[in-house]
Amino acid sequence: MMNQLTRIVIVGNGMVGHYFMQELVKRHPDLHAARLQVTVLGEEPRPAYDRVHLSSFFSGSTAEDLSLVEPGFYDRPGLELRLNARVSQIDRHQHTVTLTDNTVLPYDKLVLATGSFPFVPSVAGRDRENCFVYRTIEDLEAMTAAGKTAKSGVVVGGGLLGLECAKALKDMGLDTHVVEFAPRLMAVQVDEAGGKVLRSKIEELGVHVHTSRNTTAIVDGATARHRMVFFDDTWLETDMIVFSAGIRPRDELARESGLAIGARGGIAIDVFSRSSDHDIYAIGECASWHDEMYGLVAPGYDMARTACAHLSGETTATFQGADMSTKLKLMGVDVASVGDAHGKTHGCRSYQYTDEVRNIYKKIVVSEDGKKLLGAVLIGNADEYGTLQQMTVNAMALPENPEFLILPASDGKEKPGLGVDALPDAAVLCSCNNVSKGAIGEAVAAGNCSIGAIKSCTKAGTACGGCVPLVTQVMKAEMVKLGMTVNNHLCEHFPYSRQELYHLVRVEQIRTFDELLEKHGKGLGCDICKPTAASILASVWNDFILKKDLASLQDSNDYFLGNIQKDGSYSVVPRMPGGEVTPDGLIAIGQIAKKYNLYTKVTGGARVDMFGARVEQLPNIWEELIAAGFESGHAYGKSLRTVKSCVGSTWCRYGVDDSVGLAVQLENRYKGLRAPHKIKFGVSGCTRECAEAQGKDVGLIATENGWNLYVCGNGGMKPRHAELIASDLTKEEAIRMIDRFLMFYIRTADRLQRTSTWRDNMEGGLDYLRDVVIHDSLGLGAELEAQMQHVVDHYQDEWKTAVNDPEVRKRFRSFVNSKAEDSNIVFVNEREQIRPATVEEKKQAKVIPILATTE
Amino acid sequence: MSQVQQAVALDAAMNQSASQFGVWHTVCALEDIWPNMGVCALVEGRQIAIFRLQDNQLYALDNYDPHSDANVLSRGIVGDLGGERVVASPIYKHHYQLRTGICVEDASISLKTYPVELRDDTVWVQV
Repeated sequence: MMNQLTRIVIVGNGMVGHYFMQELVKRHPDLHAARLQVTVLGEEPRPAYDRVHLSSFFSGSTAEDLSLVEPGFYDRPGLELRLNARVSQIDRHQHTVTLTDNTVLPYDKLVLATGSFPFVPSVAGRDRENCFVYRTIEDLEAMTAAGKTAKSGVVVGGGLLGLECAKALKDMGLDTHVVEFAPRLMAVQVDEAGGKVLRSKIEELGVHVHTSRNTTAIVDGATARHRMVFFDDTWLETDMIVFSAGIRPRDELARESGLAIGARGGIAIDVFSRSSDHDIYAIGECASWHDEMYGLVAPGYDMARTACAHLSGETTATFQGADMSTKLKLMGVDVASVGDAHGKTHGCRSYQYTDEVRNIYKKIVVSEDGKKLLGAVLIGNADEYGTLQQMTVNAMALPENPEFLILPASDGKEKPGLGVDALPDAAVLCSCNNVSKGAIGEAVAAGNCSIGAIKSCTKAGTACGGCVPLVTQVMKAEMVKLGMTVNNHLCEHFPYSRQELYHLVRVEQIRTFDELLEKHGKGLGCDICKPTAASILASVWNDFILKKDLASLQDSNDYFLGNIQKDGSYSVVPRMPGGEVTPDGLIAIGQIAKKYNLYTKVTGGARVDMFGARVEQLPNIWEELIAAGFESGHAYGKSLRTVKSCVGSTWCRYGVDDSVGLAVQLENRYKGLRAPHKIKFGVSGCTRECAEAQGKDVGLIATENGWNLYVCGNGGMKPRHAELIASDLTKEEAIRMIDRFLMFYIRTADRLQRTSTWRDNMEGGLDYLRDVVIHDSLGLGAELEAQMQHVVDHYQDEWKTAVNDPEVRKRFRSFVNSKAEDSNIVFVNEREQIRPATVEEKKQAKVIPILATTE
Repeated sequence: MSQVQQAVALDAAMNQSASQFGVWHTVCALEDIWPNMGVCALVEGRQIAIFRLQDNQLYALDNYDPHSDANVLSRGIVGDLGGERVVASPIYKHHYQLRTGICVEDASISLKTYPVELRDDTVWVQV
């Protein structure tokens, strides 16, 4: 079949259309060689983006952040992506599609991934200005623009998308209302009692909820732009309206070309995702399987995989409907629904648990014989979601007293969890990315033993994240099976994690390693626990790190306050806050480097690194640097390195705020702060982002309204963009939030865990981090700020303390019994500066020396 | 002598003395070595790392770390692994047993160890 060229046309470049393309490329990395010629038609102006996380657009994500397309993906030979391309007609006899610009494209196989459109009820006045739908990035841009002048907003529709949209309006600072036609919120997923609990939770957040409200007209308002009139002549006035009352399949092309349509609309498909015309596939929200349409992305991906397999000549993969279980966090409220949530199965019975104090509602539906779990609803707390969903999908046997599955654990009674061992290997844990228990097992066997590693290797838990607790459980069980130890013990000397040791040090006011070891450890310690303890002691007490009882704990870099290089020499980096340096400062550095014959290089962090210093030279070099007004740059420490900045509004014609000024202030505030790993900052004076703040642990970007704060970015081996955690902060607010963020990181991260990995391993992700840091959900804010202030107040320039202490200074020599230098440190010249001699160069030089010794 | 020549001269001296054992040398006072740390002594052209542990037990072995080709072991962190006292090289973190000089990660590599003694608060090493 592959000898002849097969022309494939894909209509639609949404999430599912793009996923299909990814699957096709996975199967045929070289489309040309596989004799495939693929054309993808997208009607929007941009390629596929993440519609599931569309609401993050309001919290600062850009269209690029949301993009699902790897750079260059559509540039490969045999593949063409046309944007702004809308199909007007399908000619099934000629095997062609016609675009609105009258281009005609022939196809051998056609894939319809046209998605859906938002349903807008036929209400008079629905076309008025400032009435929106919630589907594309363009829709969101229009909403944002309108939100700037509006005071109030209404979302029509209290379903999943409607509530997300309400959150967006609330975040814009609008007085927000939700108007729902049905008698309860999320009528599809949630039963009546659950809807009630959900409603009070949402109302607690300050959103007004109006249920059983049918809008009959939208007219001019008296106090706001619009007045919405309801069927009973009551009304509500608002400045903007967003319709989010469900979706309808985009099946018009299919209808016009005579394809079979499902009873409730949608292109009817078979188990191979084929339409009634076997050269045409339909996948995603436009498809109807047994008169069922799926508004979730996972079933769409499943259809895409099936269609792709079939198109490639495989008939084993079939689409057999989808599990519609969902778990999400709506406005911070856990909402989950599993299987037959409404108890529609004949003869089924249910157990319910309601806590009206904390607004928690849980229900399970079991089969008539009480042996199988059929469905569940969880509101306010969805901890059991993973267990219940797997039990339902895999038809696992229920425990004897199924009610304990949802009852809070009480004294002496173990809560029956799902023994993950009981799960079959084929059980799909992550339905978004179709990752099975077996795949997790393989990943663990290959050495991926942290949830962060599992995520990046299998993609499990990277879309909605709902499966992360279960995946973690499976990972640990697999590790036990393979005989690995599931513990986070720092090393053989301490049966504690770094986080636990940190708490012990704080709570018990421990000030030395010996005390810590005596109370909580065993043996002598090692090169893992000693530097970790040194870092914790420094974060908590900030004593001079070369004090007699602390010095032996330091890594060689901290021990000599410089960076050890491959030949045992050191490099010296004086601090230049914000990258700012005076001409005199530069001249001094130049003179010192010249005097000691050091190799100089400007670093990525915008300062000067001086290489090739011998141990015995270090104090003298520091002394001269100190005299010229410099202090230690802590380039050697797991601590704040640099705050990189652009030149900012002071000089730059585009600058919005003084980025250098803030960078200098931040660098001086946090210099010397010891942390689990190094920390880098960036401050940009406008959204052009010349300081690359979004690639740093902490990034600040100036806007017209203040500073946007980004956290947990990373360059290096695995680059990661920082995420927006708060917008429009004043300088003072930003510093308080950074105080909290850094201290929370220092308290809870593992040894050598950068903020990005810390964030990736955090259950609850960015939302949780934002709750703790910005909303102070743990009530720790004041304490974290006070702790940071302690560290700031106890800052000292380590170089200065070292050169002024004769005892410490004595240690800076190559030999305890000789003034000689280390003969193995040998330099040769390259590009007019020194560099370490290679082993070969040193060996070669050995030929000459015999002569030299006889002189 | 140039820098390179000087370096090599010392190396040559090192090679010549490699087979001559048995002479005790004073190195430094005990207080010159802080507890749980090391110093490097230059004895007969040879770089020897000397460590003092908490209990004033002393150890001496080559300062040269063959994994990094650098004279750095005296600057490593000392401790124990599985009950055996070790020093960790500051360059690539290989561990060497203080008692035997054997590399924990690569038993085929073993550093030379030297008898070391404390006599009246003075550290002596036999080379």
